This record gives sequence, C-alpha cells and structure tokens, in this order.
Amino acid sequence: MMLAVRDICADYRNGQLVLENIGFSLDRGRTLAVLGPNGAGKTTLLRCINGLMKLRHGIVRVEDIDVLNLHPKAIAHRLGYVAQRNEAGRIKVFDAVLLGRKPHMVWSLSKADLSKVSGALDLLGLRSLALRYLDELSGGELQTVCIARALVQEPSVLLLDEPTSSLDLKNRLDTLALVRRIVREHHMATVITLHDINLGLRFADHLLFLKDGRVFAQVEPNALKAETVAAVYGVAVDVIRHNGQKVVIPKVESDLLNPKQGVP
Amino acid sequence: MSHLNHGRIPSAYTAYTRLKTGVIIALMLFCAALFVAALSLGAVHVPLREVPRALLGLETTGAWAIIIRDIRLPHALAAILAGAGLAAAGAAMQSILRNPLGSPFTLGLSQAAAFGAAFAVMGFGAGVMQSTPTAAVTVVRSGFTALTAFGACMAASLIIIGIGRLRGATPEVLVLSGVALGSLFSAGTMFLQYFADDVQLAVMVFWTFGDVGRAGWREVGYMAVVVGLGVAFFSINRWNYNAIDAGDQTARGLGVRVERVRLVGMMVAAMLTAVIVAFLGVIGFVGLVCPHIVRRIIGDDHRFLLPATCLTGSALLLAADTVARLVLAPHVLPVAVLTAFLGAPAFLYLLIRRSAGS
Repeated sequence: MMLAVRDICADYRNGQLVLENIGFSLDRGRTLAVLGPNGAGKTTLLRCINGLMKLRHGIVRVEDIDVLNLHPKAIAHRLGYVAQRNEAGRIKVFDAVLLGRKPHMVWSLSKADLSKVSGALDLLGLRSLALRYLDELSGGELQTVCIARALVQEPSVLLLDEPTSSLDLKNRLDTLALVRRIVREHHMATVITLHDINLGLRFADHLLFLKDGRVFAQVEPNALKAETVAAVYGVAVDVIRHNGQKVVIPKVESDLLNPKQGVP
Repeated sequence: MSHLNHGRIPSAYTAYTRLKTGVIIALMLFCAALFVAALSLGAVHVPLREVPRALLGLETTGAWAIIIRDIRLPHALAAILAGAGLAAAGAAMQSILRNPLGSPFTLGLSQAAAFGAAFAVMGFGAGVMQSTPTAAVTVVRSGFTALTAFGACMAASLIIIGIGRLRGATPEVLVLSGVALGSLFSAGTMFLQYFADDVQLAVMVFWTFGDVGRAGWREVGYMAVVVGLGVAFFSINRWNYNAIDAGDQTARGLGVRVERVRLVGMMVAAMLTAVIVAFLGVIGFVGLVCPHIVRRIIGDDHRFLLPATCLTGSALLLAADTVARLVLAPHVLPVAVLTAFLGAPAFLYLLIRRSAGS
C-alpha cells in the first residue's frame, strides 16, 4: 500500500470539526480524485495528509511509515504538494523547479540537483521555457512548472490541490493526462482535488466524495450513480455512458426547478 | 524517480548564472572604486596614490594620514556596513512579509529605533553636545542607546508580525500598520522633544538626520559584528526566502517552517535596523529601494539577490556620503538627504523602463 489514511479528524481554532473520520488507501500507480462541493473539506484534507494542518487525531502512512510524526523536511521527501494558488514571481522556470530540491539540500546545491531539475523539465516538456520568467508564463505552463517542482522532490505521493481550476479545456486534459502517465510510469500515487466530476471520471482510478467534512461515498468511476452526485451537490444529474466513458450531465433547467427529481 | 538523474543541464542556464555572478563581481569592483574615491575626495583632496600609502601606514604627509585613517576610513566603513545592513534587512523583509513595500523605514522600524534612541537621550542622558571634527553631536553610552533603540524596534516588529498573523491580514494591511506605527513612534519622539532641554533637543533633532559621520571606530566595530552576523543569517536562509516567495503553502509543503523563519527573520532585521539607526540616525530609502533596483536587474532569486543588494546598498551610501561631503564643502550634508537624491531617479528610471518595455 503506497498511501494509507486512517480516521482523520481535524478542527479549526473554534473547535468546529472540518474533517471527521476520513479514511482511504491507495496503491502504487493509482490516482484518487477528491470531489465535493465548495467548503466540503477537500483542500483541508490534502493539507492534513501533508502535515500542513494539525490533526485532532488520525494516521497517514506512506509506504508503511507514519509520516505525521516526521520532521517537515522528511515529510517533503515523501509527499509532494502543489497548492491551489501559486505565486509567479520574477524568477526563472529552472530556478522555480530547483526550489523543489530544497528538502534534499544540506548546505548548497549539488550537480545532481541541477541534473534532476533538467530531467524533470525534459519529462514535462518544459525545456524550452527553462530561462523564461515565471510571471511571463500562461496559466497552464505555470501549473506544469509547479508539478515539475513537486516531482523533483522525488516524492512517493503527489498531492494536487485543484490543479485544473485556472486552466482551459485543452490544458486541463493535458495536465491530468500527464500526471496520470507519470504516476503510472514511476509507480507513485496521487491524490487530486477536483471540481469537475467528468475529469475525475476520465482520469482517476477512485473517486472520493466529501460532504460536510465526511466521506459520503467512495466509488470506482464505472460504478458512479446519479443519486450519489445529486445527494453530494444537491443538483439533479444524469450519468450516461458516452464512447465507453461515464459522463455526468446536469439535468436541463426545467428539471432543475424541481430539484426533488433524481434525488433519492 | 532515478530517471530524473540523467538530465542535461541547459547551457543557457549555466551562462545565465555566470552572468549573475558577473554582475555581483562588477558590483564589488564598483564598491571598491567608490571606497577609494570616498577616502580620496572631500574638503581636503588626498591624491589617489597617497590613499593606499596612508592606509598601510607608510610615510605620507602627516595631515593626510590622520584625515584618511581617523576620519574618512571609519566614515566609509560605516557607510559600507550600514548600506549593506539596511538593504539586506529590506530584501529579507520584502520576502518574509510577502510585501514589496517591506523595509525598515516603511514598516516603522526606523522610527521606532529613533524613538528608542531619543528615549535614551532624554531619560538617561545618553547624548552630549560636543564639537569634534567629525560631528557636532555625539552619543555617549552608545551601547546603551543601541539597546533601547533595539527594544523599541523589536516592539514595533512584534506588532507587525502579530498583525501579519491575523486572519485576513493582507499586504496592504501590513504596510498601513507600518505607516501607523511609524507615525506613532514619530509622535512619541516629538513628545519627548517637547520636554527636552536645548542640548537634548539638539541631540534628538540631529539624530533624525542620518549621518555616517557619526560613527567612530567603536561603533564601526559593533556594526561590523551585527551586520556580518545578520547578513550571514539571511544568506543561510536564502532558500527559505525563495520558498516563501512561492507562497506560504508551497513553502510549508517543501518542509519550511514558515512561521519560525518569519519570526526569526523579522527579529534579525529589527536588530540590524536598531543598531544602524542607533549609531547613525534614520537613513530611509536604502532598505526599500536597493532590493528593488537589484530585483529589476537580476530577479528575485535570493542566492543572487542578497549579495547584490548588500553591495548596491553599500555603493549607494558610499556615493551619497561622498557627494554629501563635496557639494557644500567644507560643510557636510546629512547623508539621508543624498541617498534619496541619488537613489530615487535611478529607481524611477528602472520602473519606467520595465513598464515601457513590457
């Protein structure tokens, strides 16, 4: 088992629970999409797995090592995290990716660090952008740079927080296809939060639906039912099969006026 | 992920880092040239070839040796140290507060330190009117004055850090709080001045004109230690600052303890500011503008930004001090006036050039 999350509970300062008894596990080469409405706790869950937020209780194991008791640097050796918002400062793409070697640096850079950054740029097709400033990149390019930065950490697990939210259709498909390819080829595992259920259906091996800080359902894409989506999002939908691929489509507006339809 | 190991480093990147190293070496040479010029030029012109002779204690005209070794050398060293210290503090604060307006002056630290110093003058008689060749007003018990300046400076920086930790504290809120704190401490200084006697008032007012000429060998010694340690500390943290520039969450994900880096970094910046302001008075502008001048030329990477910023700060203060001693010779203008006169046009040019170019 690559990643095992058991019984995570987390609260904000006011003591209100934001996550309650979350648990799942993920094999090598697998992608888990975390779905759910705004405020369901998707981002919080990723931060908890990465030790960025204190838990009330819960266990996160990466390759059978309990990571939450490790030094932050040691966590960064195992989990690569791409935040939802990324700053694009006056820094070259190569140097931005080089930052991913930070957890491995002792005092200064080694030739191997530079070599790994070059390798990651090649892998993600960023070589021609190596000497461009971050603030000159498009949204899709910036997202790819952030994924490259997480990859040079050489983690076992990638955590991506809404990697597609600022991207156009083509960049969404390209980015997720790239992530899935890398995760499979290099025997990693990845947890991705998404708003678009159809992207989850297309690219993920497992879907985890969060609602009000709890796991509402955990299904394989092929087993997704319209009732689940309707109950999680409060929107009546059809789940149809198109070219062998399941697709979620919200019902037409006249049906939406009567939200009871399709909701169990 | 061993497959990453065999990447070929782009030759353009190697060339790019060489170029940035070249810029830093050029700045070093420029500083060295300014240093020699600062020793040579002034009310009394000492020929260039006599400067190294005087420094090495070789035979030279008696007055020249005294002018160079006892007056201009501590002067120039103070300019180099204060310029480097203020500029480094500004660069670090801009990163750890995630705010381009971060600097000892804009966040009220300089004003706080000045208040602390005025408090020492007023409450503990730390200043006296003296007529020395270097300054009309000197500080006795300078160590103690520096300590009170440091205390006030720390108080101000802790308030800034505290506000920064509140939920919803935007960069704008931080700068506005800095402005408010600056006004508060300036008002406090004015309050003290109102009740001060003539000598105390003269000492306090003189204080607000930042001037590198105030430093004797002992002050230069203190500053060398503090600036040396502070700049070394910032350099050790260069990758932490790069990580924070990429966003707090990203930095945490890379194993950086952001809160700790921020708190300790602010304390070191406050210490640098406090010592420099306590000995030399308020010198604005250097801390804000030098990092931005450098950012526009070689980017935000702290590996190169920090050394280049220190050198630019030193160069700006050395040049300003030299010009300050020349324009109205034999009178000496406060250096703080000149830093803005020299720095502002350069900064505006860079701002306009970039907007016009993009």
